Formats: sequence, structure tokens, C-alpha cells
Amino acid sequence: MGHDTQVQAKTKAQFEYERHHNAVHMRKQVINFAIMIFLTFLAFAVVVADFSAYFIKPFILLLAAVQVVLQLYSFMHMDDKKGHHIGVIQTFVWFGAVIAFTFFLTFLTIIWW
Amino acid sequence: MEETKFTPQTWPDKPEQATPEAKNKFVGIWIFICSDITLFASVFATYLSLKDKGPAGMEFSAAELFELPLAFVMTMLLLTSSLTSVYAMYHMKNYNFKGVQIWMTITVLLGLGFLALEIYEFYHYVHIGFGYTQSAFSSAFFTLVGTHGLHVVVGLVWIVCLIVRNAKRGLNLYNAPKYYAASIFWHFIDVVWVFIFTVVYLMGVLG
Amino acid sequence: MSSVAVANKKGFGATLWDYLTTVDHKKLGVMYLLAGTLFFAIAGLEALFMRIQLMFPNNDFVSAGTFNELLTMHGTTMLFLAATPLLFGFMNAVVPLQIGARDVAFPFLNSLGFWLFFLGAIFLHLSFFLGGAPDAGWTSYASLSLYSPGHGIDFYVLGLQISGAGTLISGINFIVTIITMRAPGMTFMRMPLFTWTTLITSALILFAFPPLTVALFFMLVDRMFGANFFDHINGGNTIIWEHLFWIFGHPEVYILVLPAFGLFSEIIPVFARKRLFGYSSMVFATILIGFLGFMVWAHHMFTTGLGPTANAIFAVSTMAIAVPTGMKVFNWILTIWGGSIKVTVPMLYALGFIPSFVAGGVTGVMQATAPLDYQLHDSYFIVAHFHYVIVGGIVLAIFGSMHFYWPIMFNRALNETLGKWTFWFFFIGFHLTFFIQHFLGLMGMPRRVFTYQADQGWDLFNFISSIGAIMMAIGVLILVFNIIISAKSKPLNCRDYWGDGRSLEWALKTPVPFYNFKQTPLVRGYDPYWLEKHEGNEEGMTYAEPLGDIHMPNNSVLPLVMSIGLFVAAFGALYHPDGVAWSIPVIIIGLAITVGAMIVRSLKDDLGFHVHVEEIVATEEQLYGKGGNK
Ligand code: HEM
Ligand SMILES: [Cu+2]
Repeated sequence: MGHDTQVQAKTKAQFEYERHHNAVHMRKQVINFAIMIFLTFLAFAVVVADFSAYFIKPFILLLAAVQVVLQLYSFMHMDDKKGHHIGVIQTFVWFGAVIAFTFFLTFLTIIWW
Repeated sequence: MEETKFTPQTWPDKPEQATPEAKNKFVGIWIFICSDITLFASVFATYLSLKDKGPAGMEFSAAELFELPLAFVMTMLLLTSSLTSVYAMYHMKNYNFKGVQIWMTITVLLGLGFLALEIYEFYHYVHIGFGYTQSAFSSAFFTLVGTHGLHVVVGLVWIVCLIVRNAKRGLNLYNAPKYYAASIFWHFIDVVWVFIFTVVYLMGVLG
Repeated sequence: MSSVAVANKKGFGATLWDYLTTVDHKKLGVMYLLAGTLFFAIAGLEALFMRIQLMFPNNDFVSAGTFNELLTMHGTTMLFLAATPLLFGFMNAVVPLQIGARDVAFPFLNSLGFWLFFLGAIFLHLSFFLGGAPDAGWTSYASLSLYSPGHGIDFYVLGLQISGAGTLISGINFIVTIITMRAPGMTFMRMPLFTWTTLITSALILFAFPPLTVALFFMLVDRMFGANFFDHINGGNTIIWEHLFWIFGHPEVYILVLPAFGLFSEIIPVFARKRLFGYSSMVFATILIGFLGFMVWAHHMFTTGLGPTANAIFAVSTMAIAVPTGMKVFNWILTIWGGSIKVTVPMLYALGFIPSFVAGGVTGVMQATAPLDYQLHDSYFIVAHFHYVIVGGIVLAIFGSMHFYWPIMFNRALNETLGKWTFWFFFIGFHLTFFIQHFLGLMGMPRRVFTYQADQGWDLFNFISSIGAIMMAIGVLILVFNIIISAKSKPLNCRDYWGDGRSLEWALKTPVPFYNFKQTPLVRGYDPYWLEKHEGNEEGMTYAEPLGDIHMPNNSVLPLVMSIGLFVAAFGALYHPDGVAWSIPVIIIGLAITVGAMIVRSLKDDLGFHVHVEEIVATEEQLYGKGGNK
């Protein structure tokens, strides 16, 4: 634990490259954000517009799923291949999601009275 | 090592994962979030099976109770706060401490706005007789949305602590991972809210 | 502050303070072991009282109410407060050494996990003195427990809530430790099996404890704050408790048995003197068991009326678990097969474990047959099944590993002869107690009854069962005696006590210094110590770094303070339904202590300290004489 990290000055080219890279990345994040806002609008809109519930329910669930994947992979950087042990983390997260899904399934199907 | 003064030129590319402790924190916050997944799944599943259930002749139902405009504003506040914390992390990468503090403060303000609306909503429900002990439905609703609200409170306290304690110290490799972990937690709160506004409010209004 | 020399000369007060504030995984391992043993003894006594009561028909050794308390506390204590901490003890003591780490990823959280567990356990046990223990079974089904008078159930809910939080925190710590703290070269597929099972067990804790937390919270607010989750009059549904409890409960049994599998997978190759057979299939089976463990919970609810479709699905998924479990059994047998076997006490436990556990697995598959389970459910057959897997699997693993790892943990050895006496008393007693219960169950004796009428053909079998329980108690007493004399015995000061150690923990000389490895090892293959030994490496390991300063974490009293805060708050919540005026203030004070400690923790920098090279050299010389750990 705690071995000192090398303090290394970046070359000017590298520094500028990284600055630029970060800025481009940030721009992408803003676009992702715009998509999320749009998806949210859409979800509220179809409910307000009073379409058939058989359409709305699967549709807004799909929108929610897309939005969550966006959050996880862009805002939370689960797509970052250089993230420390990100593969293990992905395994854990999706395993949790699968378990969570079984909870919903059983609570909606075999709890009744 | 932690005392090292950095410049933008010497600041590492991934400050949130630059030291062994930072790597532990990074993996740690994610693993913690995994446990939160099944926590919320349990409360959520319970809510779904108790929705609209109450004493015989209960007059409250999701379709009547929930107001979409309020839910919409709350959603926008929280979603935007997610973006502002991304901005804070962007400035952290560029070793711009002022940027980090400012954007984190904006995040906190948005979060407070969300919380205020939630408190208003709860207050309103209690006022019209839909209190915590009114029915199974009310218990489940308040527990689900309240658990999320509690996460918001924890996130806010956490971020405020970070902003305050580091105001004089500036960015270093000891506190950068802490900011990062807090922002990941904050995004997760938003992830949960996406399900809440979809399943509780939107699908609730549908009946 | 750091050197062992100083630690040895400390007075009692300083030593106590050291243990109260320690973040050293080896000390926490010892503390888990001690606390686990304490609760094992308490729960064991409760079991004895139950068996005395059931020895004869119409007995009146204890009353019906007391019997219910005994049976509830026995189950709850054994699972949450004895088996779990005992296994955590081994995980703490051994896993960091196995992966070549100096400490765990979050030493502070490790200590917090212990104190939460311990104070939660104490809280639960205070119920005996404060108006009666919980009495609705360890499963505490809501239809029963919601209306249980007095505060017993409240103690159960709050105590488990606190200790469960501790377990979850420890689980997170182990996961991160194993993912990030492995020494260079220790790839996932070179990890010893105990490390693997610790990882998977911690993952199960990670996903299974939150549902328990939620269920307990529902029960808490239902009983103490007027919520309606389980109250059908107000729209609630008690089945929700059963689902949440078993969503947790089934993974919980694998949380306990997987580390036991891991421990035996360490013991068997050492004493068969042969590489573990089918290592990768063992890893695969462990992961598969972990996954399937989450898909089977409703096999505990076959008779609640889930409907034939659900019963069929859960029956099939349950039977599927027998496949990876069977893989493991065959791998153990094939490891022993053709080995040059040394029958030491740990190996004796391993040899006893295999047939006993298989018997438990077979009855499990019988119960998984839903139609048959309508007959078996809630009978003594179930009691026999789970004691075969729990005692035959977990307890045998714990006793065997005590002998196996005692040299590393305490630098002392347990006596082999006494160990054999313990084994035979315990093993024979165990089969005597529980084998016959299968038949009691098939003859129709229901579980959880405080007495029975004479002449139904149950009298003799119950009597035999009680005799077995007494034999088990004698075995345990011999073990305690063994431990006491070992404390008085000479320190070993050696490496590789059993002579055939394979994984990294055996490469270290005992006593292990507080920083574990003076230089981080370089792992060059599976079974690294065996590898180095065979290449004639006198030092037992190849180093990945030159001797340098070591960074170690600071001790802290905050974990204890945080736990005490929750302990205090729990009292406020407990007495809330009585309408006492101080309940809400006490809750607030308690939570304020906890939150305050958390804020102190987050505001204060905790950078740890460095052990300098000179200090390391001095410590090594002081521990092992001139030349250090060579
Ligand atoms: C092949 C493996 C196994 C199968 C197929 C299996 C199957 C089952 C089934 C179907 C039940 C429910 C019976 C009933 O209540 O009617 C049960 C109960 C139980 N099993 Fe297993 N089991 C297996 C392994 C294990 C293991 C490894 C453990 C513990 C380490 C365990 C611990 C328990 C416990 C504690 C109960 C009773 C819970 C209670 O009602 O209090 N089982 N098992
Ligand atoms: Cu089970």
C-alpha cells in the first residue's frame, strides 16, 4: 500500500493532447445528457398524451433501461477500459442486476392473496 | 507523497486511480453500489406487490395521488445535478480545483432543491391523510421513495464535507479519489431515480 | 508504536486499548475467533437444554415458552453469531497472507465490521435479561413474530440489523481486498481455493444481506412504528417476509458452506501431499454455486402455495445445485486418491466431512422434490438435513481448520491426541444425534415442538439423539481443554508447521510480524510456496521488490465509537412502542454519536505511517534472531 507515485511532468504535446481529449470527452457527456433529457421528456410525454397503457408501459420501461445504461456507461465510466479492474466491476454490477430482476419477477407473479 | 504539490503539468491522467489507496476506493465504491442494487430491488419489489393495497375501502390509489408536474421537476433537478458533477470531475482531471468546488456546490444546490420538493410532496401526502401508517401502500411508498431520499441526504452531507474540508487544502491524490467516489455515488442515486419516476410515478398514474 | 517488542511489554490496559483500536487483520481474526467461540458455546448450551427437554416424552425440564426462546436463539446465534464470525476469523487471519498482502483494502472498515457484529450480538443476547428472548424461530416468520408479545422480536430485529451491517461491511472489504491487493503474479487463476471461496462468499454477502436488512427494517417499522408491510388488515402481506427472508436465507447457507469448502480444499492437498485435483473446475463450481444460490430460495416455501409452476421451477433449479457440489466432492476424492496420505487431525476432519456432507446433500435433493417436500417440510427430516450440511460441513471445517491454522494464528500447536479424541467424540455424537432424526421426521415428528406424547415410536430415537448431543458436548469440552493447554505450551517459532504447506501463508515464519511480508512476494505459479520449496529456495518466496519502507494504516477507536452509537440508538427504538418519553431522544443521541464519528473520520486526514527499513530489520531480528526471516 501507499507506494509513492512518480511525479512526472508531461511534455507540452502530451499535456495539450490530454486537455483536448478531456474537452472532447466532456462535450460527449453533454450530448449524452441531452439524450437523457430527451428520453425523460418522451417518457412523460407519452403518459400525458394518454396512449394505450399496453404501449406506454413497455415503452417507458425501455426508455428507463436505455437511460440507466447511459448513466452507467458514460457518466459513471463503466466503459472506461483503463478503469481499475473494470471487468470485475461490470461482472458484479450485471450480476446484481440479474438478481434484482428475479426479485421483480417473483414479487409480481407469485405474491398474491 | 500526499503533500506533493502538483501543477497541471504533473497532475496524473487518472487522479482518481493513481495510488493504491485510490484504486481500493474506486473498486470499493462500486462494490458498495452493487449491494445497494439489491437493497433497492427488495424495497422496490415490495412496493410493487403492495401498490394500492390498504384497509378495506381505502380511497387512496397511485392513479389519484401522484402529480406528474412535480415528479417532472424533481427529475430534471436530479438529472441536471448528475451533469454538474460530471463537470466537476472534468475540472478535476484538468487540475482546476476552483472548477471542482464550484460545480460540486452547484450539484449540492440542485440536490437540495430536489430534497425540498420531496419534503414538500411528503408533507402534502401526510396532510391529506396519506401518512406512513395509513396502509400497506403508504408504508411501502414512503419507504421506497424515502430510502432514495435518504441516499440523497447522505450524498449531500458527503459532498458538503468534501467541499468544506478541502477548501484550504486544494486538490491532491489523497482527496481526488474521494471526490470521484462521491460523484459515482451521486450518479447512482440518479440511476435509482430513473426507475422510481418511471415505475412509481409514470406507471402509477396509469393505474 | 509499532514494533512487536514494544507490544509484548505492554501492560494490560495498553493491550486492551490496542485490541479495541486495532485495524490489524491478524488481531481481528483472533477477535472474531474468540467472539465466535463464545457464542458457539452459548448456542451449544441452548442446544443441550433442548435435547435434555426432548430426551423423554412429556418432559418438563423447560417450559414451552422457554423452549421456543431456546430454539430461536440457538438457530440465530449459531448461524449469525457463531459460524459466520468463526469463518470470518479464518478469512481475516489467512486470506491476506495467501494473496501476499500486508493488510486488507479497508483496515478501518474491517475493524468497524467486527465491532458492529460484536455489539449487535451483545444486544441480541441482552434480551435474556430484559424481558425475554425472541421466540419465533430463526426464520421469524411475520405471521408469528408480528404478534409475539414483549420485546424479544425487537431484540432480534435490531440486533441482527446491527450485526448484519457489520457482516456486509466485512464482505465488501474482503471483495475489494481480493480484487486489488493480490501480490504481483497472483492472478485470479493462481489464487488458493480458500481465497476464491472467500471472494464468492463475500459476493453472496454483498447481494444477500441487503434483502435481509430490508426485511428486518420492515419488521422494525411494523412492530415499533406502526407501518403495515405484513399486517393483512391494512393491506400488508406476510408472504413478503418469507420471500425476503429466504432470498437472504438460502444464500446465507452457502455463505457459510463455501468457506468451509475452501478450508477443506486447503487441508486435503497438504495431507494428501498432492496438488488439488481439478483446480479450475473447483473455481468454476464455486462460482456456479454462488450464482445458483440466488435462484432457489422458494424451495423453503413449497408448501406456502406458490402454485405448481413456481414450485417446479424452483425444484429444478435447486436440484441443479447438486451438480457443481458433486463436482467438488469428486475433486476432493480424486485429490486424496493415490496421494501419500498423512492422517493428522485436520485430515481426519476432512475425511469425516466428505461422507457426512454428501449425506446432507442427498437429503437436500430429496427435499427439493416439491411433492415429497409436502411430506418432509417442517418435520425432523429438515432438522436432520440442515444439521448434516451445517455440522457435517461447516463445523467440521471450523474444528479442522483450528488445528490446521493454529500454528499460524497463535504460533502454538494444538495437541494431536486430544484432537483425535475430540474428533471421535464429536463425529460419532453428531451422527448419533442427527442420523436418527431423519427417521423421526419420516415417522411424522414435527420440528420445533417442545415435547411429545409417549408410545408413538419416537421415545427411543429421541433418547438416542440426546445421548449423541451429550457426546458432541464432551468433544467440544476436550477441544476447549486442548486450547487452554496450548496457550501454556512453548511457542513454535517455525515455518511450514505441517511440513507440506503449499500456499503462501506457510512460507512465513511465525510469529508473523504486523506487516506480514517484509518484501512483497512475487508469485510464480499456483501453490507458490510448494514451487519455491521444490526449486530449493531457502527463503520460501521470491521477492517482487527490494527491502524498503512499508506503509501501514493507523489504529483507530472510531469503529468502536460508531458501533456504540448504533447500540445506544437501538435501545431507543426498542422501547419506542412502550411510549416512554426518552425513546426518541435516545435514538437521536445514538445516531448522533455514530454520525459524529463518521464526520470526524471524514474530516481528519488519515495517512497511515511508514515503517522504516531499520525498524523492519530490528523487528525481524527480535522475532527470529540474527539474519531475520531466512
Ligand atoms: C445439494 C444441496 C442442497 C439442497 C438441494 C438443499 C435443499 C433444501 C431444501 C429443499 C430445503 C427446504 C426443506 C423444507 O423446509 O421443507 C432445505 C432446508 C435447509 N437447508 Fe438445504 N439444501 C442443500 C444444501 C444445503 C447446505 C449446503 C446448507 C447449509 C450449509 C443447507 C442448509 C439448509 C437449512 C438451514 C435449511 C432449513 C431452513 C429452515 O427451515 O430453518 N442446505 N434445503
Ligand atoms: Cu435453501
